[in-house]
Amino acid sequence: MIEELPTRLYAWFLQLLQKIGLPSIIVDIVGAFLIAISTCAVFLALFALTSVLERKILARVQNRLGPNRVGPFGLLQPVADGIKMLIKEDIIPHNADKILHFLAPVLALIPSLLVLAILPYGSNLVPVNLNSGLLYYFAISAIAEIAIFLAGWAGNNKYSVLGAMRAIAQILSYELPLATSALCVALAAGSLSLPQIVQSQNNYLLGLFPNWFLFTPWGLAAGLVFFIAALAETNRSPFDLPEGESELVAGHLTEYSGFKYATFFIAEYVGMFAICALFVTLFLGGWLPPLPFLAFIPSWIWFFAKVCFIAFVMIWIRATLPRMRIDHLLSFAWKFLLPLAFSAFFALLLWHYLGRNILSSLLSFAFIVAAYFALGYPFTQRYSPRKRTYLFSE
Amino acid sequence: MNVTLEGETVVALKPVFGYLHRNHEKLAEGMSYLGSMPYTDRLDYICPLTNNWAYALAVEKLAGIEVPERAEYLRVILAELTRIQNHAAFLGFVLGDMGAWGTALMYAFRERERILDFFEELTGARMMVNFMRFGGCRWDTPAGWLEEVRKFVKGVPNFLDEMEKLLVENEILLARLVGVAPLSGKRAIEGGLSGPPLRASGVDYDIRKVDAYGIYSRFRFRIPRGEYGDCYDRFMIRIHEARESVEILKQALDEIPEGPVLNPKIKQRGFRPPPGEVYARLEAPKGELGFHIISDGTDRPYRYRVRPPSLINLTLLEEMCIGAKIADVMVILGSIDIVLGEVDR
Repeated sequence: MIEELPTRLYAWFLQLLQKIGLPSIIVDIVGAFLIAISTCAVFLALFALTSVLERKILARVQNRLGPNRVGPFGLLQPVADGIKMLIKEDIIPHNADKILHFLAPVLALIPSLLVLAILPYGSNLVPVNLNSGLLYYFAISAIAEIAIFLAGWAGNNKYSVLGAMRAIAQILSYELPLATSALCVALAAGSLSLPQIVQSQNNYLLGLFPNWFLFTPWGLAAGLVFFIAALAETNRSPFDLPEGESELVAGHLTEYSGFKYATFFIAEYVGMFAICALFVTLFLGGWLPPLPFLAFIPSWIWFFAKVCFIAFVMIWIRATLPRMRIDHLLSFAWKFLLPLAFSAFFALLLWHYLGRNILSSLLSFAFIVAAYFALGYPFTQRYSPRKRTYLFSE
Repeated sequence: MNVTLEGETVVALKPVFGYLHRNHEKLAEGMSYLGSMPYTDRLDYICPLTNNWAYALAVEKLAGIEVPERAEYLRVILAELTRIQNHAAFLGFVLGDMGAWGTALMYAFRERERILDFFEELTGARMMVNFMRFGGCRWDTPAGWLEEVRKFVKGVPNFLDEMEKLLVENEILLARLVGVAPLSGKRAIEGGLSGPPLRASGVDYDIRKVDAYGIYSRFRFRIPRGEYGDCYDRFMIRIHEARESVEILKQALDEIPEGPVLNPKIKQRGFRPPPGEVYARLEAPKGELGFHIISDGTDRPYRYRVRPPSLINLTLLEEMCIGAKIADVMVILGSIDIVLGEVDR
C-alpha cells in the first residue's frame, strides 16, 4: 500500500483530470510536469532539511549546540535563511560580466536538477527509465563545471579566478576515477540503465546477506574510489579547495550575494544528494532492503534512508578533516585513485571470468589489496615520515 | 599581505601591516607608569598576563623593586597557564587555517575557556586582566582558586595527548605540514626570531633558562627543540612546550608559600622611578617580549618601547613563503603564531 502510494496518487490525479474532460495531450503534459516538480520538490525539501541538520551535526561534533532559536530545535532555520537571502541586495560588481554573472548560478542549478530525472527512487518509481542513464548522468553533471568556471570568471576578481582554476583542475581530474569506477558497475551489471543495475544486485547470498556491489572485492575498491571522487566532484571537504575560505575568501562565490549565492548553495546540495543517490544505486543496491525479510518497508524509504546515511557520512568527514593542498589533491587523483579504479576494473574481469564464486572473489580481493599497497606505497613514504624525536635540553 | 603568484606558487610576498596601529608607545610616554599597565593587555591579547609581567619586570628592574615570594610564584603560575592556553589556541587556529572547519578549534577553545575562567575568577576579566603591579600582583588568589587550578592542571596532559592522537597521525595534516617552509637554525638567528619558531629550528634558546628571570631557576623543566624547522616542528614544539609548562605548574603549585603578594613600600600611583635606562625581557608564549624604558625621574617614562615577538618573527616570512603554494602561506603564517595587536601596537 505505502509502497505504491506515490504511483497511485499520480494515477488518481491524472484520472481526475481526464474526468473533468481535459484533452489527453494536456493530461500528459501535466503528468510530466507533476513528476518533474515533485522530484525537484523532494530534493529541495531534503536540501532545506540538510542545511539545518548539517549545521546541527557539525555543531555536535564540535562540542556546541548549533542553531536552536528558530522554531523547534532550530528546524525552521532554513525558512529564516531563505527570507534573509531573498531580501539581501543583489550586488553585481562594477566590472563584472553581467550576463555571465547572472547565467552562472542558473547553469549550476539546472544540471543538478536534471540528473534527478533518471534515478530509481523505488521499485516502480523511476521518473525517466532511460536505458543509458549512467551516461546521461555523467554528461549532464559535467555542465556544472562550466557553471563554476563561469562564476569565477564573471566576477572579475582574483580570488574568484583562482577558485575557478582550482575547481576546473579538481573536477576534471576526479571525473576520470569517478567514471571509471562507475564503468566497473555498468560492466558487472551488464547495463547502463540504473533500474537494471539495481535489479542485478537483487539477490541475497544464503538468502540473508545482500549481494550489493560494494560487498564484492572489486566493488569495495571501486566504491571507495567513487565515494572519494564524489566528495571532490561536489567540492565537499576535504576537497573544498575552490571555496577554501581561509585562503581564497570564498573562491568562485566571492562576488555573489543574495539569492544568486543561495542558488549556488542549492545547486551544491542537490548535486551532493544526486551523487549520494548514484552511489547508493551503483554500490548499495539502490532501493533494495539490506535483509530480505525487511522488504515490507517501502522501497523508496530504504532508498532515501541510504542516501541520507551517505550524506551524513559526507558531513561527518567535513567536520573531521583539514583541507588538502592543490598539488597533493591532483597527484592523489592521478597517481592513486585513477590506477586504483583501473585495478578495480581488472579485478572485476578476474572475478567475472573465473565464475563469480568464492575462489574468484578471493583472487580478485588479493589483486585489489596488492594494487592498493603498491599504489599507496609512494604516498606512505612521502606523507608519513619517520617518527620524529625532539631534543630536550635541561 | 601582498602576495604575487605564478599559478598557485608564491613568487613574492610582502607583509603589509599598520592597520591596527594604536599609538601605544607614544601614549605610554604621556601617561603615568601605572597608567600603561592596562594598555599592555592589548598588545598580545591572547596572553595578557605575560605582557603585564614583562612591563612590571622592566619597571622593577629600573627602580630595583623587590617582589614578595608568593607574588613570584603566582606570576609563574599565571605565565605558564597563559602559555598553555596560547598554545592550545595555536593548535586550533593552525587547523582552522588548514580548513578543518573549526572542529579542532572548538576542542582547543574548550580548554582555553577553562583557563580564561580561572583568569576571570582571579582578576575580574577574561582577557583584559590588568593584574600585575610594580612589586607584585594586584591581590591575592580567592579561596580555593589554587586547588581548582591544581585539579585542572592534572587534566591538561590528557588534553594534549588527545590532541596529539587526533591530529598528529592524520595524513592530510602531515602532508600539509611536513617539509613545508623549513628554516635552518642559522637563518632563524639571523632573522632575529625568538620563541617556539627559533627552537623549532634547533636553537637551544629560552629566556626562562638564559636569564632565569623571576624564580625560574628553581624549577626543573626542559626546553624542547626541533630538528628541521619546518611547519611540523613548529607545530609539535608547542605541544611539547605545553607539557613542560604543566611540569612547571605542578612544581609551582606545590611550593607556593603563604605571604603578601604586593610589596607594600611601593607607591603605585604617582610612581617615580630614578632616572635611568632599562631593557627587560621575558619568554612570552610567542617569543621574546621586551620593554625598553628610559626614565628621566618624572612620573612619566621619557621613552617607552616594546620589542614584540610577533613583529620580529615575521621578518623571515617572505623567505619562508617563496616557492610555497598559497594554501601553505596560511599555514606558515599560522605556524609562526602572530597576533596583530602586538605586530602593530
